[in-house]
Amino acid sequence: MDAETINNKVRRNHLINATWRYILLIVTAIIMIYPIIWLLGASFKTNAEIFGSIGFLPKHFDWSSYVKGWKTGTEYTFATYFLNSFKIVIPKVIFTVVSCSLTAYAFTRFEFPGKNFFFGIVIATLFLPAVVTRIPLYLMWRDFHLLDTYVPLILPTLFAQESFFVFMLVQFMRGIPREYDEAAIIDGCNSFQILIKILLPMMKPALITVVLFQFIWSMNDFLQPLIYLSSVSKFPVAIALKMATDASSGFVPWNQTIAMSLIALIPSLVLFFSASRSFVDGMSAGGIKG
Amino acid sequence: MKSRKRYTGLLYLTPWLIGTLVFTIYPFVSSLFYSFTDYDLISKPKFIGIANYVEMFTSDPDFLNSLKVTIEYTILTVPIQLTFALFLAFILNFKLKGINFFRTAYYVPSILGGNVAVAILWKFLFTKEGLVNQMITSLGGKQVGWLSSPSNAMFVLVILGVWQFGSSMVIFLSALQQIPLDLYEAAQVDGAKKWTIFFKITIPLITPTIFFNLVMQLVNKLQEFNGPFLITNGGPTKSTYFTSLIIYDNAFKNFRMGYASAMSWILFTIIAILALVIFKTSDRWVYYSDGGNN
Repeated sequence: MDAETINNKVRRNHLINATWRYILLIVTAIIMIYPIIWLLGASFKTNAEIFGSIGFLPKHFDWSSYVKGWKTGTEYTFATYFLNSFKIVIPKVIFTVVSCSLTAYAFTRFEFPGKNFFFGIVIATLFLPAVVTRIPLYLMWRDFHLLDTYVPLILPTLFAQESFFVFMLVQFMRGIPREYDEAAIIDGCNSFQILIKILLPMMKPALITVVLFQFIWSMNDFLQPLIYLSSVSKFPVAIALKMATDASSGFVPWNQTIAMSLIALIPSLVLFFSASRSFVDGMSAGGIKG
Repeated sequence: MKSRKRYTGLLYLTPWLIGTLVFTIYPFVSSLFYSFTDYDLISKPKFIGIANYVEMFTSDPDFLNSLKVTIEYTILTVPIQLTFALFLAFILNFKLKGINFFRTAYYVPSILGGNVAVAILWKFLFTKEGLVNQMITSLGGKQVGWLSSPSNAMFVLVILGVWQFGSSMVIFLSALQQIPLDLYEAAQVDGAKKWTIFFKITIPLITPTIFFNLVMQLVNKLQEFNGPFLITNGGPTKSTYFTSLIIYDNAFKNFRMGYASAMSWILFTIIAILALVIFKTSDRWVYYSDGGNN
């Protein structure tokens, strides 16, 4: 065999390899996306048609499921529930970014007594099951007379209580060489200016990942609002969706429920697509290792 | 300068310190205290020793059953989910044109996996005349009562649990991207087969990540609430009445705060023991490239 035939063989192998890989990727993508497309189609069907056809295109587009679903069976529309969700989620995201950056900064750039012990607590709380603190927290908020407000949902994020984000930012900040800090000190920056002007801009991908995750997780949060909120007027989207399936008559208008469930996914999707590049970078650069 | 810097570090740590004391350590300790009391939210907590623990193991078959089904669910879900997440991360790590398109396409369903909307849509897919049964009948099969038989209901929840592969997949992918390419090239030059490369190079190098994901998912799945609450409501015949559900019912429906606290301490102990066993055995199977200095 001369060099050219070997080369051709290698090239052909590569081509076959790539083809198989594309097939694998496409088939898996279809399996994952098809249910979503089908549900999108189903949201325009009448309730009767949903249970009668496997195809995803409706016979004729029926917008009424969106109109009726948006109005809901309660005295509020989904506009109220979306607004409520944002009232919870947006402060949570902002507070998380601020408090977790400060905490990560303390752990990566300073020496102080008890540092290793405190970082040990961060790691331990990373795995601490929330179930064990839930009841005393509920009792604490009750004693503060803050049940049925958004405070119990939001306030802990002001104190960097989500170890996952602290840990992620610590990992990322460790990767930034200290030479940058030292150069900034020579330029007359104090420690807070170093954080604001030097480190945070360099951590943009990681911070965007924190924003994205916290936004999506908070939009998804179901158990906490369920425990803390009791007035319908304060419910976020997650609880409103659950209410829509609790039809007292036993008849669930599935087309409306599907329509509203799909709408509920939109804010997270929009944020994901507008941040997806930074997000992918942030996850790989953040390099979460065990 | 040095001592001033000490203060600065602690200054930046202050919010976390306060928060950890108020929102983590205090509730953690006081839930242990409540677990030895009888507390109905109206009268003061009354100390009753280990009566709560005795009750749940001797006269509350629902609790023992809940531990059984929760553990069953976890054992079924976690390995499948991690394998699936690793498989997806592996194929998304292919160096191919347009791979970013696929990455985005895979992220979308995964990132939404924990959403209440997805749980509700899931319930719909598996109702008697939902999409899954429609597919089965159109292929000539018989309708399956997905939510009416205990084993099928568990299956539906396991599949939903596996579907929440998003964060594991993302973390696996970032680990795979950090494996130096020259290791693969060296193995190829030595004539190693693809499967050999995968099992002898890729897997050992990402064991720290497998370890991290394994512990994270065990902790998550043992506390699973949304799926059984939204889809099966614990049924049929309590076959998916998970421990988180029975704790929720006791605390926020029956207002037995002490009893519910005791239950959550048992769940916590199980999680802690499992995590500890994994940590203890980790030096046997987790490989750290910096020589075990973790």
